[in-house]
Amino acid sequence: MSGTTAFWYASRATGIVSLLLLTAVLVLGILVNRQGRLPGLPRFAVTSLHRNISLLAVAFIAVHVLTAVLDTYVNIPILSGVVPFASSYERGWLTLGAISFDIMLAMIITSLLRGRLNRVLWRGVHLLAYLCWPVAFAHSIGSSRDLQHGWLLDLSIACALMVAAAALWRLAHAARQLPRAARVAAILARHSPPTGTRGPARARERIAR
Amino acid sequence: MAETLRVNPINCTGHGVCAELLPELISLDEWGYPIIDPRPVPLALDLEARRTVAACPALALKLVRTEAPASVR
Amino acid sequence: MTTTMDEPAAGRAAAPPDGLPRLLPLVPGVPEDLGAHLARYGRPPYRGGPGLLIHGVKAAGLTGRGGAAFPVHRKVAIVAGARGRKVIVANGAESEPASRKDGLLLRAAPNLVLDGLQLAAEAIGASEAHLYLHPGFGPEIGHALSQRAAAGLDRLDVSITEAPPRFLAGQESALVNRLGGGPALPTFTPPRVSERGLGGAPTLVQNVETLAHLALIARYGPRWFRALGTAQEPGTMLATVYQADGISQVMEVEIGVPLSTLLASQPAAQALLIGGYHGTWLPMAQAASLTLDNATLNQRGAAVGAGVIAALPAGRCGLVEAARVARYLATESAGQCGPCLNGLPRMAAGLAELAGRGHRKQVRADLERWAGLVTRRGACNHPDGTARFVASALTVFAPEISVHARGHCSATNRTPFLPLLHGMPTTEDDWI
Repeated sequence: MSGTTAFWYASRATGIVSLLLLTAVLVLGILVNRQGRLPGLPRFAVTSLHRNISLLAVAFIAVHVLTAVLDTYVNIPILSGVVPFASSYERGWLTLGAISFDIMLAMIITSLLRGRLNRVLWRGVHLLAYLCWPVAFAHSIGSSRDLQHGWLLDLSIACALMVAAAALWRLAHAARQLPRAARVAAILARHSPPTGTRGPARARERIAR
Repeated sequence: MAETLRVNPINCTGHGVCAELLPELISLDEWGYPIIDPRPVPLALDLEARRTVAACPALALKLVRTEAPASVR
Repeated sequence: MTTTMDEPAAGRAAAPPDGLPRLLPLVPGVPEDLGAHLARYGRPPYRGGPGLLIHGVKAAGLTGRGGAAFPVHRKVAIVAGARGRKVIVANGAESEPASRKDGLLLRAAPNLVLDGLQLAAEAIGASEAHLYLHPGFGPEIGHALSQRAAAGLDRLDVSITEAPPRFLAGQESALVNRLGGGPALPTFTPPRVSERGLGGAPTLVQNVETLAHLALIARYGPRWFRALGTAQEPGTMLATVYQADGISQVMEVEIGVPLSTLLASQPAAQALLIGGYHGTWLPMAQAASLTLDNATLNQRGAAVGAGVIAALPAGRCGLVEAARVARYLATESAGQCGPCLNGLPRMAAGLAELAGRGHRKQVRADLERWAGLVTRRGACNHPDGTARFVASALTVFAPEISVHARGHCSATNRTPFLPLLHGMPTTEDDWI
């Protein structure tokens, strides 16, 4: 235990919390897209939580990087938080961390500037979330011995399972979605009276766009 | 300067967040899409309207200055 | 004063044509080639610079003949006054299945349209000219363009782009989308295409008939143009008239002409559809006393629109006809906006139910609610026009709804009357 400082503990702790927060952000993001709700909460809570927790995650990661840099036991240059291959210590794993943080920053900056940006560009950058999380996860498991055994490993696996489940849910919806050109025809077919009988049972659902 | 809430119906996917945040001016139709009061936003609701515009997950809401009378097709 | 393609009228080059026809050829059914066109009208009178024609167009009071009847000089002035690169498009994509006037004009008098395109291009200072047409016109127009090039008539090259056979293909923003290489789908406005259109440049989109009138105003002046028509809506227009016996023809008529002079009194008609499939049904008794101008028609909730006037014969079922058209309009939705995507097919299904024998009690109320719900809630006015068509059908054919509720139908003739295109769009390619 000699040489481990408060900074090193802080970096590990904030790292773990960041992983939890990022898991929550991604799951919430998918929930926003699917227009899902959190029980007992209004609709805007889902959007609000997604946005606010993403900012919180960035703050925690900033502290995570800063405390790792400030710790003197190993030499990690400040730039390694955003620049890949900048650290000689655990170069590969920290690079993954930098990459995922870069993606996060791009997602947040494009979201803040959303009104002024091309919609396709915003969407493209935001889709990188599906790359960002696994890269952050790999960084977490690879660079931290804490997460490689015990209850922290269980926690990490639980996060991975939640992300996988949410992503599969999103994929399933995408697979089921009708292309724009076919949507009207689908509603027409669903509501048109079959010949020779009275009208169909009235359905108030809508085809989600 | 009067401002009116308008929705871009192509971008709107019917999240319904707007109707929750600004029920005074926005309600939802039976399919979940917003019906917006076409009159200018009252001054008292100006801040709420701006928050609602920012909150839309699809960024489909906007506040526009009242249009000039001669509108071109 | 009306003339159909069956009545010849006199005309000479340089002397302004007196009466009708103005746009349609002197010899009905015989398209005017370049030689005949030049003999009748002379060469296009270029003004020598942008902006100069606009005063004449304003004084003439020319309104758009593409359906919206918007004052032409205003749209032209907006584009003319903009800075930078400008584009002009002649819109010949007559997407209304019941209208044949633009197609006829392009075949019978393409040079008038092309004159108007060049003159309007000069007026706004356009550097790019397009002609947007449904398939099938390419060879003839291409031939007309090369003849004109040989005669040195045109200042700008004209690019021809094909429009898909969609109802919305001729809509302004859909047109610009298509010209830009994308699908013919409407976009949200503002900004209007006259402010930001093709490639971001201010784009003037004008119906081909409007351009033909403009070509004549440029030659003969606003006073001549106003010699026919009404004070608020001067000039002549092309109307596609469907008689109750099923015969249809394109007529050039003076705006403000009584509808009764256009329609044969026999066989008897029960109702009139005015404007097209975004238009309004009126009971025949009411319609017979009206004149073909917006000032009169607007008071009855109707409009000139695409210039279609269809008389529904007494022996048909108005509900069946309306249901057929409503289904077509629903399938032609771009499917981009929630209210249209959801409301139009439901309205079509509801009308289909009314057109059948026996229907649920709430269908009529549902239809009226949906018509109200979709109006002004889309990016274009397709839902508005469809709602207007459906709502007026519910009013005019209300007695028939009661008959159908009891399980009967008054119709003696079941053959479809109103023209429709076949083939429902199903894939993205159907919009290219």
